[in-house]
Amino acid sequence: MNTTNMLLAAPEFWVLIMACVILIADLFIREERRGIIHMMAMITLVFAAIITVRGDYLSEGLRSATAFNGSFIRDPMGDVLKLFSFFILGIVYVYAKFYLRQFRMFRTDFYTLTLFALLGVMLLISANSLVTIYLGLELTSLSTYALVAFDRESKRGSEAAMKYFVLGSMASGMLLYGMSMIYGATGSMDLADISVAISNQDGDSMILVFGLVFLVVGLAFKLGVVPFHMWIPDVYEGAPAAVTLFISAIPKMAGFAMAYRLLYTGLGDLHTDWQQMLSILAVLSIVLGNLAAIAQTNIKRMLAYSTISHMGFILMGLLPGTADGFGASMYYVIVYSLMSAGAFGMIILLSARGVEAEQLDDFKGLNQRNGWYAAIMAMIMFSMAGVPVFVGFFAKWLVIKAALDAGLLWLAISAVIFSVVGAFYYLRVIKLMYFDEPLTESPIDAPVDFNAVISLNGLLMLGLGVFSGSLIAVCMSAFGA
Amino acid sequence: MLTLAHFLSLGAILFCLGVAGIFLNRKNVIILLMCIELMLLAVNMNFVAFSRFLGNMDGQVFVFFILTVAASEAAIGLAILVVLFRNRRTINVAELDELKG
Amino acid sequence: MSLKTILLLIPLLPLAAAAIAGLLRKQVGRAGSHWVAILGVGVSFLLSAWVLYQQIFLGMETQNITIYTWMISGGVHFEVGFLIDHLTTLMMTVVTFVSLMVHIYTIGYMATDPGYQRFFSYIALFTFSMLMLVMSNNFMQLFFGWEAVGLVSYLLIGFWFDRESAIYAGLKAFLVNRVGDFGFLLGIAAVLYSFGSLDYATVFAAAPGIAGKTVTLIPGMEWQWITVICICLFIGAMGKSAQAPLHVWLPDSMEGPTPISALIHAATMVTAGIFMVARMSPLFELSDAALSFVMLIGAVTALGMGLVGIVQNDIKRVIAYSTLSQLGYMTVALGVSAYSAAIFHLMTHAFFKALLFLGAGSVIIALHHQQDMRYMGGLRKQMPITWITAWVGTLALIGFPFMSGFYSKDSIIEAVAESSRWGSEVAYWSVLLGVLITSFYSFRLLYLTFHGQPRYRVDVGAGEHPPDGVVQHAPHESPWVVTVPLILLAIPSIVIGYLLIGPVLFEGWLSDAISVLPHNNVLEHAAENFHGPVAMAKHAIGTAPFWLMITGFVLATFIYQFRPALADFFKQKLPGIYRLLENKYYFDELYQKLFISRSVRIGRGLWKKVDAGVIDGGLVNGSARLMGNLAARIRVWQSGYLFHYAFAMIAGLIGILAIWVVL
Repeated sequence: MNTTNMLLAAPEFWVLIMACVILIADLFIREERRGIIHMMAMITLVFAAIITVRGDYLSEGLRSATAFNGSFIRDPMGDVLKLFSFFILGIVYVYAKFYLRQFRMFRTDFYTLTLFALLGVMLLISANSLVTIYLGLELTSLSTYALVAFDRESKRGSEAAMKYFVLGSMASGMLLYGMSMIYGATGSMDLADISVAISNQDGDSMILVFGLVFLVVGLAFKLGVVPFHMWIPDVYEGAPAAVTLFISAIPKMAGFAMAYRLLYTGLGDLHTDWQQMLSILAVLSIVLGNLAAIAQTNIKRMLAYSTISHMGFILMGLLPGTADGFGASMYYVIVYSLMSAGAFGMIILLSARGVEAEQLDDFKGLNQRNGWYAAIMAMIMFSMAGVPVFVGFFAKWLVIKAALDAGLLWLAISAVIFSVVGAFYYLRVIKLMYFDEPLTESPIDAPVDFNAVISLNGLLMLGLGVFSGSLIAVCMSAFGA
Repeated sequence: MLTLAHFLSLGAILFCLGVAGIFLNRKNVIILLMCIELMLLAVNMNFVAFSRFLGNMDGQVFVFFILTVAASEAAIGLAILVVLFRNRRTINVAELDELKG
Repeated sequence: MSLKTILLLIPLLPLAAAAIAGLLRKQVGRAGSHWVAILGVGVSFLLSAWVLYQQIFLGMETQNITIYTWMISGGVHFEVGFLIDHLTTLMMTVVTFVSLMVHIYTIGYMATDPGYQRFFSYIALFTFSMLMLVMSNNFMQLFFGWEAVGLVSYLLIGFWFDRESAIYAGLKAFLVNRVGDFGFLLGIAAVLYSFGSLDYATVFAAAPGIAGKTVTLIPGMEWQWITVICICLFIGAMGKSAQAPLHVWLPDSMEGPTPISALIHAATMVTAGIFMVARMSPLFELSDAALSFVMLIGAVTALGMGLVGIVQNDIKRVIAYSTLSQLGYMTVALGVSAYSAAIFHLMTHAFFKALLFLGAGSVIIALHHQQDMRYMGGLRKQMPITWITAWVGTLALIGFPFMSGFYSKDSIIEAVAESSRWGSEVAYWSVLLGVLITSFYSFRLLYLTFHGQPRYRVDVGAGEHPPDGVVQHAPHESPWVVTVPLILLAIPSIVIGYLLIGPVLFEGWLSDAISVLPHNNVLEHAAENFHGPVAMAKHAIGTAPFWLMITGFVLATFIYQFRPALADFFKQKLPGIYRLLENKYYFDELYQKLFISRSVRIGRGLWKKVDAGVIDGGLVNGSARLMGNLAARIRVWQSGYLFHYAFAMIAGLIGILAIWVVL
């Protein structure tokens, strides 16, 4: 290992160091000055972004570079995903601070745990061997298990944490089992070597496909794809809104990266096998997610089911196994994270002192209470529903096109049908906000930074839609399309 | 003479026991933690066996990572268990059904 | 200014006006918002007229301009662009003109409404969207415009959102249009799939190449691929242009303010479907089956909806059913490949139907929002201008010789008679009988409203909401902002047909946009016999449509002027037919039965608790309830038990394993 290699992982090192610094700094900072921690976390993100942008491996004319004996990789796809993780985590922090203060949970643990989870996400994004994938995954998962139980007094929080923990551990057990099979079949942990080994093999690949099934299961759990989705609604509802916000936005990006690395870089030769598996999982998710969301009265649960359906769409982008498809999928995951952050931001905004605004009814008459907030929420819902002009439409469009490219007409058609079904429950929120009488007249107030960020978040839904070209181009070029 | 197949079969049996334990057990959450541990150990068995028969050390190195992670996983699991018990006064799996629908 | 700038300004001015009137409504005030909107749309109209002038008299070439490339994905270009040919320019001019009239009229109609600025903002926004739709040079922009006009339309139907019925009507329009849009989207997807492009020019050029391709959708049945595409696209048109059986939303949309009924639900938006099919003529021409389908749907709508119009009492609903029926005429014309006749009728209809609606609106203001014709009568004395313009509109609608509607409708009937398409006999009898019916309900409306004795009484002390048949003040003629648009719309309703029939129909003025295969060219025969508009009118006097129209007139005059009791007599003698018509062929009930009641019954048992929250919480539509019911069942799977969750995962694992390892 030499210094250039180390430099490739500089963003990871920076986040690691700062997470430890914040952990220790907490000992010396009195409770009433805890705002400093928030500032430190924000600074961490800003510098992490700067370090990532300045990564100069590209200037040497390389499309990617590896470190740590090939188990870590820097490439444009990873950089883009990491930059968006920093950006969205910044948004998450602004929303979360407001929430944690209101609920008297403004503790440093939140920041250390989320930063460690971010580190796991970054590792996972840059993982180039089975070991790194596993470690990144576990670092993210362990941190999020703890985060779900962040409200120590909450019955529902601890129940959700327990369910998440048990199912999550089981899923990682399956993933590991799959990894052991892949290792046994190819004799290597390194994804590039695995790929070479598979293409050199001929004949019996039974054990490979066996391993692949287990890998897909682990992956599907991570993303929350039917039938491995059961944890999502319970965890979304049980966890404090600030934590749900984090879980819904950040780890999904790592999930996408993991799918890309494992399935394409490592097992690209088994494309026909995993394409079929993923297409079935995708259609199940889209159907079940959209249907189950209709019956929800709890908006956190509704968004959980909507997440499940979005994950189905993300899988659709992976199906053709082409640069265009992966680009579409990545675009979708970024857009989804932004939408999700905004939606949970709105829930946090409406949460009055000590009571979470988790019922759909809490959104009734929002337009009369505050027209601008209602407009923001409307933009987010339109975008999630995939109404044209809003950014969500382009995301859906691109992945549906990817499914068509893969020759899966039936999948594309069912995706279209069920996104129309899905439009009902998103539009119901809009109907509640604009046509119903508010349950309470109490004014909604939020700090300046919160207002600024949520306005930006809402406007991005429209702005990224109207000027969708640039972000799509970024995503496509990350895969060399 | 023990062959690779023997080890893999043992691993598979252990893994299945672990998995079965998770959905068959309806009483104690602690048993769930043990089942998870069993699954991970089954995987370790696989890795070590493959490593030995492939003559490649990577698998055994991975086992160390897995053991370490399993330890921290157990720590987190027990911590959550404590919180759970403090809030609900029960660790019965069948009573964890407040969140549903 | 370059041509490109001018073309850009045409849609952008209304958009800017909408933004100013909507976002700065407090700053610009009421007067400010209507001036901004009128100025924006007015200038846009003048520019459209200028382009039209350039094309007619200076021989401007067809323009195909790309304004902005949105993104390029997998070789497909997503662009904003304009295709300016004669068809587009004609539509642009009609849209902006009617829109301008409606803008002016709104000043009077909405004078006391608290949502004044919001209203102007919406209609300016609508004008923008409609312009983008007609000016588009590709399918994607067409779809965007299509959705945008729909969105504004729902907003405007539900404009008075404190009325329960208005919200319901808005939702109904939204949901019914979902069905249409779904077909439309599938059609566009199929186009993209088979041509790899969304650009009109590219697609139309490549269209003949797939003429012979077939596809098996249902095993054992081979479909022409082009037929599938065309029928999908036409399903979109059925939603937007309210063709049976997707027509149910249009009569309900009359809950919106009357200027909207005139602009959106008569003159422009509902004709978008007609425009779209005409635009796609190079595709539709390749599929006789799809054209037959189009024609038959149109014929059913033209006759069936006209019949319903006879029994309606709400003045706006009568005109709404008349609109449905006229849209049916246009669709029939499309179906027999007489695209230019359809567009021609679209144009004349835009003028006279907007005129009729605005006239009805004028009556409604005079009677303080009374819309029931049973409480009108004798208004010709108090409202002479409205009365005369309503006569003009009626004569145009029934196709009285020399009026605009005569030229367009007669051409359609003649084209259908010429056609030899499968099923054209049915269509011919439908449109022919439709003439009689149109004439009958139109005169019924005129007589009930303006003639005879007043059936309302004036009571100054009647209070805010007087009972039916009582008004607080004596009705009087509407202010000039209302009557001037009426007069300005009456002029084209009289002369436009006379002036334009030659160039539009018979001199191939639209041939740069519309392509007709030689063996489908039903207008050719008519063109040979065409010796100027005067000769055509003279010739018509001896033909069936003319006498049918006169019969309708005589019947209506006899019943409603001399023997009012006869109407009741027929009502009692033919109870079955009457009830069928009054209930609009039970379409609403059918949809209710199909989608709503069954699921409600199951739903009540299953989740009584969330009933109020979910059902009343916005799932008004039936299919949504069906989905809601399904959703409730799926919910049960999420039992809350950890071992069930784990079991689901393992079942999933084994399922995947079983498929890929065992098989």
